Amino acid sequence: MLKLVGGGGGQHWACSVAGTGLGGKEAAFEVARPGDQREAGCGGPGWGSAGIPDSAQGAGMLPAGAAGRARGRQSAEERGEPVGEGEERRARHPPAPALRLLNRKPQGGSGEIKTPENDLQRGRLNPGPRAAAPAPGMGDRGGRPEHSATHAPGAPADTGAAAVNGLLHNGFHPPPVQPPRLCNRGPAGGGEAAPPRLPLLPELQPQPPPPQHDSPAKKCRLRRRMDSGRKNRPPFPWFGMDIGGTLVKLVYFEPKDITAEEEQEEVENLKSIRKYLTSNTAYGKTGIRDVHLELKNLTMCGRKGNLHFIRFPSCAMHRFIQMGSEKNFSSLHTTLCATGGGAFKFEKDFRMIADLQLHKLDELDCLIQGLLYVDSVGFNGKPECYYFENPTNPDLCQKKPYCLDNPYPMLLVNMGSGVSILAVYSKDNYKRVTGTSLGGGTFLGLCCLLTGCETFEEALEMAAKGDSTNVDKLVKDIYGGDYERFGLQGSAVASSFGNMMSKEKRDSISKEDLARATLVTITNNIGSIARMCALNENIDRVVFVGNFLRINMVSMKLLAYAMDFWSKGQLKALFLEHEGYFGAVGALLELFKMTDDQ
Amino acid sequence: MAECGASGSGSSGDSLDKSITLPPDEIFRNLENAKRFAIDIGGSLTKLAYYSTVQHKVARVRSFDYSGKDTEQDHEPPYEVSVQEEVTARLHFVKFENTYIEACLDFIKDHLVSTETKVIQATGGGAYRFKDLIEEKLQLRVDKEDVMTCLIKGCNFVLKNIPHEAFVYQKDSDPEFRFQTNHPNIFPYLLVNIGSGVSIVKVETEDRFEWIGGSSIGGGTFWGLGALLTKTKKFDELLHLASKGQHRNVDMLVQDIYGGAHQTLGLGGSLIASSFGKSAMADREFSKEDMAKSLLHMISNDIGQLACLYARLHALDRVYFGGFFIRGHPVTMRTITYSINFFSKGEVQALFLRHEGYLGAIGAFLKGAEQDNPNQYSWGENYAGSSGLMSSSPELCPTQRARSGTFDLLEMDRLERPLVNLPLLLDPSSYVPDTVDLTDDAPARKYWLTCFEEALDGVVKRAVASQPGSADAAERAEKFRQKYWGKLQTLRHQPFAYGTLTVRSLLDTREHCLNEFNFPDPYSKVKQKENGVALKCFPRVIRCLDALGWEERQLALVKGLLAGNVFDWGAKAVSDVLESDPQFGFEEAKMKLQERPWLVDSYSKWLQRLKGPPHKCALIFADNSGIDVILGVFPFVRELLSRGTEVILACNSGPALNDVTYCESLIVAERIAAMDPVVHSALREERLLLTQTGSSSPCLDLSRLDKGLAVLVRERGADLVVIEGMGRAVHTNYHAALRCESLKLAVIKNSWLAERLGGRLFSVIFKYEVPAE
Repeated sequence: MLKLVGGGGGQHWACSVAGTGLGGKEAAFEVARPGDQREAGCGGPGWGSAGIPDSAQGAGMLPAGAAGRARGRQSAEERGEPVGEGEERRARHPPAPALRLLNRKPQGGSGEIKTPENDLQRGRLNPGPRAAAPAPGMGDRGGRPEHSATHAPGAPADTGAAAVNGLLHNGFHPPPVQPPRLCNRGPAGGGEAAPPRLPLLPELQPQPPPPQHDSPAKKCRLRRRMDSGRKNRPPFPWFGMDIGGTLVKLVYFEPKDITAEEEQEEVENLKSIRKYLTSNTAYGKTGIRDVHLELKNLTMCGRKGNLHFIRFPSCAMHRFIQMGSEKNFSSLHTTLCATGGGAFKFEKDFRMIADLQLHKLDELDCLIQGLLYVDSVGFNGKPECYYFENPTNPDLCQKKPYCLDNPYPMLLVNMGSGVSILAVYSKDNYKRVTGTSLGGGTFLGLCCLLTGCETFEEALEMAAKGDSTNVDKLVKDIYGGDYERFGLQGSAVASSFGNMMSKEKRDSISKEDLARATLVTITNNIGSIARMCALNENIDRVVFVGNFLRINMVSMKLLAYAMDFWSKGQLKALFLEHEGYFGAVGALLELFKMTDDQ
Repeated sequence: MAECGASGSGSSGDSLDKSITLPPDEIFRNLENAKRFAIDIGGSLTKLAYYSTVQHKVARVRSFDYSGKDTEQDHEPPYEVSVQEEVTARLHFVKFENTYIEACLDFIKDHLVSTETKVIQATGGGAYRFKDLIEEKLQLRVDKEDVMTCLIKGCNFVLKNIPHEAFVYQKDSDPEFRFQTNHPNIFPYLLVNIGSGVSIVKVETEDRFEWIGGSSIGGGTFWGLGALLTKTKKFDELLHLASKGQHRNVDMLVQDIYGGAHQTLGLGGSLIASSFGKSAMADREFSKEDMAKSLLHMISNDIGQLACLYARLHALDRVYFGGFFIRGHPVTMRTITYSINFFSKGEVQALFLRHEGYLGAIGAFLKGAEQDNPNQYSWGENYAGSSGLMSSSPELCPTQRARSGTFDLLEMDRLERPLVNLPLLLDPSSYVPDTVDLTDDAPARKYWLTCFEEALDGVVKRAVASQPGSADAAERAEKFRQKYWGKLQTLRHQPFAYGTLTVRSLLDTREHCLNEFNFPDPYSKVKQKENGVALKCFPRVIRCLDALGWEERQLALVKGLLAGNVFDWGAKAVSDVLESDPQFGFEEAKMKLQERPWLVDSYSKWLQRLKGPPHKCALIFADNSGIDVILGVFPFVRELLSRGTEVILACNSGPALNDVTYCESLIVAERIAAMDPVVHSALREERLLLTQTGSSSPCLDLSRLDKGLAVLVRERGADLVVIEGMGRAVHTNYHAALRCESLKLAVIKNSWLAERLGGRLFSVIFKYEVPAE
């Protein structure tokens, strides 16, 4: 939701410029070539303090059963709480499975080839109920920057731009907002979802001008910024945020095709943000840019640039918000798309402290859309997805690229602080199968308690040096060898931490061994649950993502081994280079879609 | 992943404590005749099993050699009662901490009178560590048995042989245990054994099972990790810590991530998003209690989740949990149950076992005893010799918990004949013998416990009186009093100790305790006398009945049955009368009876039925000796026989109160046959068959009846079941649904019960039921 809370307050508009971009392929995502040079940075405010980088969002909830129950949208509506949210989320219902990705063959259950025309057609033929109401705060077309706000009847004033509709510009379909969440077992087609709400075509709508109470100079700048988009684009800066239980993941799109004119028009604030982010690799004490993950020369929403991947601990969130306030981020009139539990937890703080309205997004939607997108654009010419060849042979085990062009069905295991396991049948048909509370947070938490370490890196470093067999009780420790009757090797772990029942052994153990045992225990357990889910769902590809895997080769190889060994080669473990950032990317994609919608 | 049998190498097992003083003769009972040993050595506990013969006294009745004239003599008893020694088989299980193993082996060595046994079956993770010690001390060869095989064998055995073995844990109910009736078909099921690791086994038949998975996160993880985190060494202490902790101080909850305002995002805010998630972020100390609690939740949830995943994959809905992680600890059972309910959305049932600690030892024993065909027999838990389930709250009963932590006993009597379901049960799987669950019903529990306490003096007196020639009778009777009193006190605190508490279990426990101290049949003399008196009255009663018209006679027969049933020494109201007024007789009893309409009165329907075609065969469960069986039941039987109905008269195999036993019934029938041609010819022509129930209880469990009886019922096509007496027709079977017509009659000889049923003392129950078509 685009909300501009400028000086005068109460200005709501959608920034999108209506569209030329109803185009086909050429407007779709594509990897653009050049454009790279980095601008010199200016220092910036610190990003927070004393945090422990850790795994991703707390998507992994212990409750399996909770998966199918009411999601945020419903509950928000039920409680009649932030109406705007409810509105907005409902409005995001797409006409059909969406997010068309360049070069991706049509897939999924419908068999229908999605084209913009296609959707357009539908939109015309079947104007949904929402189409009838004038969209409040609808993005103006033809560069009419200012007009008074019109609100949908009944819509609270401050949610102005809420009633937006899925429509495509820039080659985007809006992604499915609430794809059918299946709570029942077994795969089910997406067809049983509620009839899609239909997009409202901005072209056909009266475009109310955005409200304007600002000074003439500000108006002017604003208009220019709007114009500079020329297409239906959100104004810079482009962020996607995933606020997890332990770690905040932030993706930032740095445009590299800025024209001189644009550069001139660029407000100082915006410039300083861009420079600060792109010229540093660390922010404050705990913010880090994962330079090696940067996606270069990417075309997003018609602009070329680089996508940066930044993370900082969730406990620094308040510092971050404070900074947003100090830097008057709200004057940029941008929308902050955020997912993860923190989007809910910190929403009020964003609003109260930084005068920023968060656009909250479902974390599982974002995860899947982000993952599909990143995989589709590739990793700077290399594949995003990989697996381990010969996973059961340590000497021959090696990383190999994997083509995820036809990814369905897949079991998606998102390992953040906790773990969520999703069965994904198509880009808009998935269900949360289960989750476990034994995740990255557990690994780090136990490691901190057991070894006194403070960071994920420290913990992993220790684990790399340790030997878990001193800590764990193995099958051979009990049976003197293999337990043949059940085909258990003597080297299999019979009891994690089992040797620690003995005081003598407790006294003789090293911290490194403890860290290793913790890592192995948590990893094997996730592997075991994932394997059972794959069997129950009858899926043979298991994609592991999440920041638990960051710099964590031990776990990846263990998972690859476990999937292969226990399934006798039937299951394949897949991994992705941008492990923990898909939620944030998915949130960024939502920013574009939102804009399209207007 | 595979360790089972309550294994796990405890730190405690390494240093043996020889200094303890055992109260050994109370623990290793009947050791002198022991043969066949089996041992299950886990990480912290050793379970020793042995099979022994128990010599105890039984009351025997023997018919005099009648020449006809004896019957004329007024003061001659109708038969001879003698107390003889009998040898029965009993399985003993003793559970103790590994620290005592050497002391225990020494004790066994010293007391084991020469035995042919050469081998000891051993199982459990610790078996090989103690192999040499066992071989040296006992001079027995150690045969290692597969842990899982033993476990499954043991599990099948207890599920089949011990009523109320399995229970579900229900949070916030009082008590928390809900016992399951034994399902006739126990297969298939999933057994999740939580030793130091977790083994998940699918059991399909007696011999077929499959290890389908496991997890290394089990009891050893709780113990090991718990010890590291809290510096607490002992498993039980860790659990105790956990029971006091707050996991939310350590765990990252959904609401911690989503913020308090949005805790209902479809995931309950209090659900755990990341176990120990807070300990990575907060730079502070965490309390031992909180960490232990968090650890317990983490492990229980994980095990529950895996169990559900496996149960779903194999389409099973019953999951039994065993292993030392459970060991009756309520906090563990609570978290596991929660987890199973959560992950399976209620589709999978988490079941626990009263004797889960013994499964391995039982299985190992059965393996070694295969040539004895232990599965051919039925077994019964001996309440007198078994410790029972420990208290759910350690605070409530610390001594009990401490004791069961050191020595815990289970004794099972081998029943000479197998027990089976009555083939006429409408639905054996849902049959519950007992009418009132005293675990459930606190006021009833209080009443009955007090009632049994108050009756104890009388029972002791009766016991002493029954053995006038015995020098130590008084001493033994006193021991009996203490034992039974102790049991009653245990049951007051832990009503679930032996499964569902019922009037039946209270009565059975008393019988077991009496037998324990060699009072096999305290009422034998009373029964003898009463049978003699009643037999003398028989001809007169028959003459009176025969003089009546058909319709009058039917009512008189029923009234006779009911009046006879007044003579019940088990009922306090009656025993007081019988003690004080020896002249109290059949006619006096009739006077006591409630006039029609009775409290429950379907007599008219019954009469109507009698006007129709005769039944093919009636199965009658008799109650008391004396007037009841002779002047109440036999005339009724005689009438049925006259109608052309065959009769199976089923009496208890062993004595209980003044109930007529099978042996007594044989003599009584013989004596009646001598007086009555109808009974005489029926016996000769096998139209009247006497059989035993397989029970020695004043109550009746239709799911555990002598196999011979079941065969007879099938062969003869029984189409009427008559159940007589308060114990068999009111305390039990009042709600039993049968596939044929049934008659349940009793006189309520307890004013409290009468009041509960809406009547008063000596109210009459006459319940005639015809199954719905």
